[in-house]
Amino acid sequence: MQQVRTGESTQRNETIVERTADRELTVTRTFNAAAHIVFDAWTKPELLKRWWAPKSFGVSLFECESDLRVGGTYRYAFGRDPKNPEVFSGRYVEVKPPSRLVFTQLYERMSDAGEVVVTATFEESQGRTRLTLHQLFPSKEALEGALAHGMERGMRVTLDQLDALVASMR
Amino acid sequence: MEMNPETLAALGEPNRLRIIELLRAGPRPVNDIRGRLKLRQSQASQHLKVLKDVGLVEMEPRAQQRFYRLRAEPLKQLHQWLDRYRHIWEERFEALDEIVEELKRKEQLDAAGKDR
Repeated sequence: MQQVRTGESTQRNETIVERTADRELTVTRTFNAAAHIVFDAWTKPELLKRWWAPKSFGVSLFECESDLRVGGTYRYAFGRDPKNPEVFSGRYVEVKPPSRLVFTQLYERMSDAGEVVVTATFEESQGRTRLTLHQLFPSKEALEGALAHGMERGMRVTLDQLDALVASMR
Repeated sequence: MEMNPETLAALGEPNRLRIIELLRAGPRPVNDIRGRLKLRQSQASQHLKVLKDVGLVEMEPRAQQRFYRLRAEPLKQLHQWLDRYRHIWEERFEALDEIVEELKRKEQLDAAGKDR
């Protein structure tokens, strides 16, 4: 299994991105706080607005609505231009604060690609919380498309394929 | 970092990606590539031309055969570029760390307030 890691020092909590299967992508990160705190930061719109949009890409989260209960819906509108936002929306499938959250996610600009099912688990241990973000895509192509369309356009190859390729060429 | 979109498009076709993966093991003659991937002659030539045009492979004649080999540089660039996906998450998580710290402090203050 291919991984991409950062953070040499033990001080820093490292972010790991793994292609765990053809249509599964897993992001893992530990936070120095109890699970209920991390869970809140993940689910409360006023908090989400402050971290979700990566600022170095020059994007902001314009709208963030969330009805946090099983069957409830959410909608994030973000981008550079509020008049023409990118929208992620979906429905909560499982809501078990502070340890587990399952929701569907549709990227509205590419709605034909289908929904991603995201399972977020928050595992607390000794005051720290390990977040695992497991993303199950409707197809291999959709996963590869998401890597491409996360913020960029036109990308079609995967991180692990490239890792393997680059490693084999050293 | 500049990334050539043509390189990405070239890898977007499954058979071309299979060619690239096959060439990881080392240079191969056209007929061998075609045979292993069960491609028609015309398909193989077309895919190899696209890959060659974007600089992902290069051709070298050996005896009577045309061998294709992988070029590392565009792949390394692409890897760095795709690595930005992880950076998106990293950046989010760093912002999240700040919020988490703030919530922790608030909770500690509230707890101290109750004890009083």
